[in-house]
Amino acid sequence: MTVRVQTEDFDAGWEINKLRKARKDIGAVVSFIGLVRDINEGDAVSQLTLEHYPGMTEKSLQAIISQAQTRWNIIDVLIIHRVGTLQPCDQIVLVAVSGCHRAEAFSACEFVMDFLKTEAPFWKKEVTPHGEHWVEARESDDDAKQRWNTNKN
Amino acid sequence: MKIKLFYFARLKESLKYSTEDLELADSNEPWTILKLKAFLAKRGDVWGQMLMGKLKVRAAINHELVHDNAAIADGDEVAFFPPVTGG
Repeated sequence: MTVRVQTEDFDAGWEINKLRKARKDIGAVVSFIGLVRDINEGDAVSQLTLEHYPGMTEKSLQAIISQAQTRWNIIDVLIIHRVGTLQPCDQIVLVAVSGCHRAEAFSACEFVMDFLKTEAPFWKKEVTPHGEHWVEARESDDDAKQRWNTNKN
Repeated sequence: MKIKLFYFARLKESLKYSTEDLELADSNEPWTILKLKAFLAKRGDVWGQMLMGKLKVRAAINHELVHDNAAIADGDEVAFFPPVTGG
């Protein structure tokens, strides 16, 4: 597994190629990219700052990947999450999962994102025309995580 | 016992603290996250609002998310922060 927390941007194509070329029994790679939007809750967003808890962040992401690897037969998982100041259209996060077949890779990728959103210690602060404010956690994200307690896939 | 405390995001900004070393008096009842929050809340208005008010506060001990009744041991790294919003 690979976990990177960084201020720099990433090249998703390059990262996915590296993941898929690592082994010859990989039949599927599923990836997700999260982006900064220029609107949130009806307000224009001109800038986003991401804070995190160094040390805990990396451990938390590794623990989430370990859970996914226990649950599904997947080959490898890569998570890159950016911190610092970002602009609309910027990439925030990349999750890529390689596996033998698509079904398990799809599920594992979704699982990793759902747990990242509710457990990994990152916090977003937005700049809008009304000033700066911390983004509130969403109940829908907790719901998204909860469904993995009941559904195997 | 001695612990290291960290605050993040809204808590860090409002409390104007990012980290501190804290000496906790030994007592019969073990120190828990809830007891520590109540102790810190006595420092003043903003501490009470941030740690014991309406806002949800999450806690971690040695980088693991924990509940309010989790026990704190000597040398632990404790952190308080709002619900996470990454991704």
